Formats: sequence, C-alpha cells, structure tokens
Amino acid sequence: MAAIEPMVQFMVHKLVDLPPVPIPGLGLLDLSVTNSVAFMIAGASLISLFFLVSAKRAVVPGRMQALAEMLYGLVDNTLTGGIIGDRGRPFLPFVFTLFLLIATFNLIGLAPGGFAVTSQLAVTATLAVMTFAIVLIVGFLRNGLGFFKLFWPSGVHWGMGLFIMLIELISFSVRPLTLAMRLFGNLLGGHVVTYMFASFVVGLGLFGLQGGLASLGFLGSAASFVMIVALMALEFVVAVLQAFVFAALTCVYLNEVVNLDHGH
Amino acid sequence: MDITAAKYIGAGLAMTGLIGAGAGLGILFGNYLQAAIRNPSAAAGERTWLFLGMALAESMGLFGFVMGIIILFVKV
Repeated sequence: MAAIEPMVQFMVHKLVDLPPVPIPGLGLLDLSVTNSVAFMIAGASLISLFFLVSAKRAVVPGRMQALAEMLYGLVDNTLTGGIIGDRGRPFLPFVFTLFLLIATFNLIGLAPGGFAVTSQLAVTATLAVMTFAIVLIVGFLRNGLGFFKLFWPSGVHWGMGLFIMLIELISFSVRPLTLAMRLFGNLLGGHVVTYMFASFVVGLGLFGLQGGLASLGFLGSAASFVMIVALMALEFVVAVLQAFVFAALTCVYLNEVVNLDHGH
Repeated sequence: MDITAAKYIGAGLAMTGLIGAGAGLGILFGNYLQAAIRNPSAAAGERTWLFLGMALAESMGLFGFVMGIIILFVKV
C-alpha cells in the first residue's frame, strides 16, 4: 500500500530554474519559477482578465459587470465604509486587492491539480506584514507620536494604565502573526483533512476488495466519500470567508489608527 | 520512548485546543441567533461582526491545530 503523505501536496518545487540574481545588501535572490509562483501568476492573470471583461459602463449591467459592482459594493459599503467610515475611502483599492487576491488564491487551490498558494506561510506572512506596515505608516503619518495614545486606557490609575499598556502593546505586535497564521492554518487544515479522507476512500476500498467480512470496507469508503463532498463545500465557504475576514481585520486595524481622535 | 511515539502523543495533546474553539463558536452563533430571532431587522447589520467573531474564535483552535501539524511533520 502506498504511504499516506498528507504534506507532499504542499511541496514547492522549481518548474523553470533561473540563475540567482545578486541584490546589493540582501545577497542572492533566487528568481526561479516554482509551482507556487506559477499559480500566483495564474491567479493574478485571472483577476486581470476579470477586470478586462467586467469594466464596462453599461447602465444596465451584464453579468460580469454586475458581479464586479457587487464586489465593489461589498468592499465599499461593508468593509471600508462600514468599518472605517468616510475616512476609509483611500484604503478601498488596497482592501479590494487583498480581498480579491486571497479569494482567488484560495479558490484556485481547490481545483483538482491546483496548488494552494496561501497554504505557504511565506505568502500569508508577506500579506500580513504588508497590512501591518500600512497600519503603522498610516498611524504615524496621521497622528505623529499621538499614535501611542492607542494603547493608553482612558481614566485609570497610572499603575493600572502601565500594566494595561504593556498588554495592549503585546497584543498589537502579535497582530501580523495572527493574521498570517489564521489564513495559513485554515488553508493547511482544509487541504490536510481532505487528503486524509481521500486516503480513507482509497484505503478502505482496497481493504474491501479482500472479500468476506472485509466488504464492510466499501461502506466506510462510501461514507468517507460523502464526507469529502461535505468538506469540499465547507472549503469553498472557507476560501471566500477567510479572504473576507483578512480584509475585514485590515479595516478594523486601520479604523483604530485612522479614527484615533474620534473616540477610541 | 522513541521520538515517533512522542510526536504522536504531542500531536494528540495539541488537538485538545480545539475544544475551546468549538465551545466559543457555539456560544457566538447561539447568541447571534437568539438576538436575530428577537430583532430580525437588526440582524443583517451585525452580520459583518458575526463573521469577524467567528474567524477570531476559530483561529484560536487553528493555532493549536498548526502546532500539532508542526509537532508531527517538521523534521528536527
């Protein structure tokens, strides 16, 4: 029986081996095209194609334009408009890009033969660090050193305030880590569990071929198959939901620094 | 105890973190449903925060799951 290897599906291997490029200050940068890079390019091309097809100005929108308007409305009304308010408009392109990119990467990973780009911690960590950097930059540009008022609780004794400020600083600094790990863990867990149930289908089926009482293996195989169908449905929901949650948390963190003077 | 046995036991122990995640998610959705049945017209306005809360509660369980996977599969 073949070994059950749930982690092999996440291996990154090179498709086109390009020579490493020396960057002054960073050392050598390996720019070879891996399967991760190929699927990222595929995802970005899919989004660009969607924009080309849907960016029409018909008064009565066709299907693609209606979809694009729904997505724009979701980000504008629920995400930046709903969570940040009027000051959130400048962040609409960033949040929209995040939402579409993560949703597309997640969904491509669900296709048969697809590689889940966001199941690599490097990719999700990059997105999380970008978000955190933007929150910090916006916070310091808008509020200057008043940015640190974010951590001070109002109307407490100074000793208690120092203690709470320490806890708030730690909780703030851990945000990029939790953002990265939330997306990574959801995708990794989904794919690993689906692989395990798929291995049950094959394993129990092969076991049931032995005849006699072992034919109950076919029952287990069918039950595992039903479980896979349910799991794939859940995975589709999780793919879009995690993109929405990443974008929503970005808006929540931006709201804290952008509306700092409006009653924190 | 050889290292593989210790890995399996460690991964199993790490999965107990999902108990809290399940309990938290049940409380969250139960409260949302109770409030939605009392005030159906206000339920749609809070749906954003429902999904946000769901993701935050679920991520706690996920951290435990990822730790279990790391214990089981990372070669040291």
